[in-house]
Amino acid sequence: MNLVNIAQYISGFLQNLGRAGLFLAAVLFRIVTPPYRFTPTIKQIYFMGARSLLAIVVCGIFVGMVVALQFYDTLVRFGSVALLGAAVGISLIRELGPMITALVIIGRVGSAVCAEISIMRNESQIDALECMAIDPLRYLMAPRVLAAIISAPILTAVFITVGIFGGYFVGVILFEVSPGSYFGGMYDAVLWGDIVMGATKSFIFGLIIIWTATVKGFYLHLDKSGVHGTEAVSKVTTDTVVLSLITVLFADYIVTSIIL
Amino acid sequence: MAATQENQPVIDIRNLSCYYGDKLALDNINLTVNEREILVIMGHSGSGKSTLLRNILGLLTPSSGQVEVLGKEISRLKKKELYELRKNIGVAFQNGALFSSLSVRENIELPLREHTDLDENTIQIMTMMKLTQMNLADHGDLMPAELSGGMLKRAGLARAVIMDPKLLFFDEPSAGLDPVTSAELDQLILQLRDALNMSIVIITHELESAFNVADRITVLDQGKQILTGSREEIKASSDQRIINMLGRIARDEDVDAEAYLHKLTHKNLPRK
Repeated sequence: MNLVNIAQYISGFLQNLGRAGLFLAAVLFRIVTPPYRFTPTIKQIYFMGARSLLAIVVCGIFVGMVVALQFYDTLVRFGSVALLGAAVGISLIRELGPMITALVIIGRVGSAVCAEISIMRNESQIDALECMAIDPLRYLMAPRVLAAIISAPILTAVFITVGIFGGYFVGVILFEVSPGSYFGGMYDAVLWGDIVMGATKSFIFGLIIIWTATVKGFYLHLDKSGVHGTEAVSKVTTDTVVLSLITVLFADYIVTSIIL
Repeated sequence: MAATQENQPVIDIRNLSCYYGDKLALDNINLTVNEREILVIMGHSGSGKSTLLRNILGLLTPSSGQVEVLGKEISRLKKKELYELRKNIGVAFQNGALFSSLSVRENIELPLREHTDLDENTIQIMTMMKLTQMNLADHGDLMPAELSGGMLKRAGLARAVIMDPKLLFFDEPSAGLDPVTSAELDQLILQLRDALNMSIVIITHELESAFNVADRITVLDQGKQILTGSREEIKASSDQRIINMLGRIARDEDVDAEAYLHKLTHKNLPRK
């Protein structure tokens, strides 16, 4: 390792970052300019949103339950179990809802989209689109990116709702906290700002995940790691999962610190 | 034939060179394709055939030199103009490159749906015509994964010609096919030229197929253009590389003993 290697590494990193930035700008431009692609977008929303519902609901129930359990155990030491609803609501809306929904989306959607796009690149299907004078950014990417930034906030809302009822089950039914204080406390404590924070996060996380997945798959052939073909497909898919995970966690901190 | 020669060539390549990083992939290529001509580009794997094709299609930018297709210089075109030009070009990829999420019929219809305002009936009829022409009439509703190699190539060809292009590219039409299927594809190519007046560029390493369909053949070797000429000229060539290719003799590379030794001993040494 010497200075030249480090310089090459940095310049490669900046090159990738610049390419990804231009890619996102180009796709967003195609989302807002006609011709719009409604049917493919609806199909993608069905795949990313509707088909993820079961996973989101199951995760939501358990996360809500375990959060209520943890808070109950802590609050009971201070004799303030009446705050259980507020604690569960705020932590789900602000932090756990957007975050864990993002994790589910990374696993279900990010990996699938990246694998699909990179296989299309690998089998010359994207070149074929270019040669048929069909813009792959408009035809393939725009519906996927739009569908993800529509689906992610909705899935997050579902997750939070289900989570609140999971918490209700543990707090009210198992530990006999009064239902009035559970929901009433939540209603008093949760502010609009908390909801805005959750919504902003879910939107940004959705964008980060789909951006990473599409850009990694689309530029499969420019990946300079020395692997090719199916091996490269599996590599960029793994990269997508790891990279979007790290970026989402990083963005979570940044967004939280800006809004608070 | 005299009339066509007065016309401008459909493809005109002048002094084209292309680098991949530091590696020279194409070295000073000069090539023209005339109207209604079938040109075959031949060469071993790694000879630069695919790079040449990608340069002509505008998927790669030449390092130097010009590529003119249908009178337009490819590297100077804006994205929109390039797409406009490509509507007159059909490309059949090596393994069909069909979209795996669409059925064969939907794949073939795609360019019509994207680029024309034809009504549903007309699209159906045009697609059926191409499917029949490619002997795929009964297979339109299958998914690409359910087709054999030969069918995939024919479906790819059907999609490439659905817009009745002036210019058709066909990458490796006979690679991986049995001799009978391969001969059928050659027949199809000739029919397309005669029925639809297309100019066709074929990339192949199969000798037999090349000699069956070609008006002219150009031979590439390690990025260099060795010879361009009619079938007879290629057969009569005295260039050792072409004689080897025709006789299917393995390349006998001159090995510099010292360079070879250097390669053996230095390539795998750990870097400092």
